[in-house]
Amino acid sequence: MTAAVLDHDAAHAPEEHHTSFPVDNRKMAIWTFIGSECMFFASLISTFVIYRDSHAKGPGPKEIFEVPLVTAGTAVLLFSSFFVVMALNGAQQGDRKKLITWLSLTVLCGCFFVGMQVYEFTHFYHEGMRYTTNLFATSFFTLTGFHGTHVAIGTLWLGTLLKDAIKGRIPPKKALNLEIAALYWHFVDVVWIIIFPVVYLMSLGR
Amino acid sequence: MSDHLTAHDDVAHSGPSKYVQIATVLFVLTALEVLLFEICFGDLKAGMPNIAFSIGPYFVEILLLLSAAKFWLVAMFYMHLKSDFRLLSWLFGFSLMLAFIVIVALFTLFTYNRSLWWWSGSW
Repeated sequence: MTAAVLDHDAAHAPEEHHTSFPVDNRKMAIWTFIGSECMFFASLISTFVIYRDSHAKGPGPKEIFEVPLVTAGTAVLLFSSFFVVMALNGAQQGDRKKLITWLSLTVLCGCFFVGMQVYEFTHFYHEGMRYTTNLFATSFFTLTGFHGTHVAIGTLWLGTLLKDAIKGRIPPKKALNLEIAALYWHFVDVVWIIIFPVVYLMSLGR
Repeated sequence: MSDHLTAHDDVAHSGPSKYVQIATVLFVLTALEVLLFEICFGDLKAGMPNIAFSIGPYFVEILLLLSAAKFWLVAMFYMHLKSDFRLLSWLFGFSLMLAFIVIVALFTLFTYNRSLWWWSGSW
């Protein structure tokens, strides 16, 4: 990269706001967002638990859920949390190869999970479970659909960071950019940690 | 990023060996969840009827405990709450408390008759 390009990047870099607050404002913002998301998913999970037995018409959990497939998705999401934290470690150490390798694996895991969910939804559709079939289906699709959307957004976000990493735009001083995305990704994982037993295992074990 | 920001964010996080340990524990806990389900309600139930009979009544409680352990591990070590500024832990804890209130409020709302029975003290 030439000096002229570097100067151009520096001139157009976002302005930083220096305050006496001990936490970076972007980190504070993502944690506040995560806090609001806790309440959002709490309401969706509660609604599913309330309506999970409302399937007089159409298939219920015991006819439709496949534990092995969802277990594989859960394992992939858990591993992706490990991969992204390793990528962050690489970014903080300035190890570009480590950063790119682990971040690529994380993006792959995100794509796998989204693919798993698309397959699952398609399978349910062919089995006769549509969004409006019954309240169980509506609450299930709303909850897991919102979660899947979060995973898809996270995958895109990490994908853009991977592109930046490949171009060498994530030096150790900018590792916070990845840390913020990683915090979002871990939260998405944490939500699935609740969804997997509550939505799948407990619904089947009734 | 300026020195100002890096100084504030230069919090000592766990290292790769710790991350591997946490990943292993998370994997084992997930395997335990599935094993518990298989013993109580799945294919292993026929082979282990006594164990299924013993732990079956506590299936939900054990599952919630295992999930809570996984949640705590990810939040503390992968999200760095253990080593990061205490303020963030308070913020997350406060959000979780509000989320719990949302859950209780929704359950109360949708099971109104049962809640009336509960509040009447005639259980």
